[in-house]
Amino acid sequence: MSELTLFLIRVAFLAILWIFVLSAISVIRSDMFGARVPETARGGAPAGRKGNGKPKKPRRGAPTHLLVVEGDNPGTRAELADAPLLIGRGSDAAIKLDDDYVSTRHARVGASGDEWFVEDLGSTNGTYVGPVRITQPTTIGVGVQVRVGKTILELRK
Amino acid sequence: MSQTGTLMGFVHRRRRGAELFLLVLALAVGIGAYAAVGLGLEGQVPADIVGYGGWLTALIVAAHVTVRIVAPYADPVLLPLVAALNGFGLAILRRLDITYEALGDPHTFARQQLVWMTVGVVLFIVTLVLMRDHRVLQRFTYTAGLAGIVLLILPFLPLIGREINGARIWINVAGFSFQPGEVAKVMLVIAFSGYLVLHRDALALAGRRVVFVDLPRGRDLGPIMAMFGISMMILVLQNDLGSSLLFFGLFLAMLYVATERPGWLVVGAALFGAGALAAYTFVDNVQNRFNFWLHPLDYYDDSPGSFQLVEALFGQGWGGLIGRGFGDGFPERVPFAYSDFIISTIGEELGLTAVMAIVLCYGLIVERALRIALISRDGFGKLMAVGLGAIFALQVFVVIGGVTGLIPLTGLTTPFLSYGGSSLVANWVVIALLLRISDQARRPAPRLDPVDDSAADSEHTQVVKLR
Repeated sequence: MSELTLFLIRVAFLAILWIFVLSAISVIRSDMFGARVPETARGGAPAGRKGNGKPKKPRRGAPTHLLVVEGDNPGTRAELADAPLLIGRGSDAAIKLDDDYVSTRHARVGASGDEWFVEDLGSTNGTYVGPVRITQPTTIGVGVQVRVGKTILELRK
Repeated sequence: MSQTGTLMGFVHRRRRGAELFLLVLALAVGIGAYAAVGLGLEGQVPADIVGYGGWLTALIVAAHVTVRIVAPYADPVLLPLVAALNGFGLAILRRLDITYEALGDPHTFARQQLVWMTVGVVLFIVTLVLMRDHRVLQRFTYTAGLAGIVLLILPFLPLIGREINGARIWINVAGFSFQPGEVAKVMLVIAFSGYLVLHRDALALAGRRVVFVDLPRGRDLGPIMAMFGISMMILVLQNDLGSSLLFFGLFLAMLYVATERPGWLVVGAALFGAGALAAYTFVDNVQNRFNFWLHPLDYYDDSPGSFQLVEALFGQGWGGLIGRGFGDGFPERVPFAYSDFIISTIGEELGLTAVMAIVLCYGLIVERALRIALISRDGFGKLMAVGLGAIFALQVFVVIGGVTGLIPLTGLTTPFLSYGGSSLVANWVVIALLLRISDQARRPAPRLDPVDDSAADSEHTQVVKLR
């Protein structure tokens, strides 16, 4: 086989190799920026609301704030309009608790459409919805008790 | 492990079509390399290309279909990257087989590797099908730690333990050689993540500050230090430098990610420095490797000499930018061209262009692992993805860095490329674990017990107090 043919084969193979690598990168790129944002999620997110100009009027019966009902800081509250809300002992938490059994970044409350979720952020002592320790984002309604450490929080209207 | 803005912010697409597209390209890389090897060495497309290509395609399609069914939201890039690397590695082994046969020293590395790849893909499928949620692994934290240590001890046992090339890391059961350390790696990642996810706050916050570093309490650090110390001791006794480096780096990376304390990196660097100095002073082998690295040409003719490294460097230098082409290099001059030094074979025959593509592929695998860790919703999955990604990163850095003369050479396999069944099988399982975690992470948030509108509107709904 001639020298030139072998050279062309080598270049062709290297081209295939790089086409593969570049395609992989382009898939990663589209994965990063091209993710589809569903309308429902956008409606609940603060950014989406700003886009609409005025905050959407809360539906009747929809919760408006998160309240500490039991524990070391009873009465501490955070408006759900600022969601997602961070709960923990850290200074960046929306609801800052002085409870020794609460982690620095313990849990987070966020919205998806009309539903509110609580999500544990890998805390030491766990987050409980009712009697159950949650392992993934869990929907909560008005009045459902969420326990972190020795503190109990609720969504209120 | 900060979680920023990924909470239900957007929904990931499934991207299975993109995966299929990339897999076709990956197969083109694998089968194209095989054809190019035949054309370069024998002047014709190999006769068995249909059977070989068919087998490779069948394996990849089986893996893809499994992912489609049981992990539809999994990362679309990992499987194609791995398929391309594995196919490429098979072609390189085939190329070496042909040369070894011409020299009168026949090997069937490629054929055996294809068998191991089949085993690997089968285990990949089994892992994905049987394990629908990676969090069940958290239950086996201590079991996994114990299993990892037992696996590391296995080569010391009489009858089944084997010492090959000065390292006692092999077992031999029913005619099959196996490196249990490759599986132990995965076990220890599971054990570390299971332990750290429960104790990371205690490790990060409780304890005293000594000089620059917050030292955690002994009872928090004890168990993990024990696991780590035992495995390091075993590896040192086995004379397996590469793996000890890998475990050390893995341990440090996971501790750093779990506690978010940069102090660990300082402590780790200090410990590494002290350890390296001690090893340099007391272990001849380490001293030699340093000397070979600094002055490779001076030790070319010595008996434990730098012959192999120098030949590999010559080969890569001769390969230049686009290489000599398949069949026009002399990779057989490097004794371990099929395992640790496979990168130098690629560098010689396909040049820097191909080596860069390979390194980029590994980089993308690590990037995907870290991305999975970022978007994962549970701490255990995060830590596991980081640990598995760190294994790839460290392994590739240590071995490619060693072969190219960047750092002193320590023996480790190049994941998916090198000949070696244990490593290949273990790495396929690692990829299955990563895909499982990513499937969980990218899946849209499940809607558990949807709030009934009428109930939510009713003022009379009473909440039963639970405490």
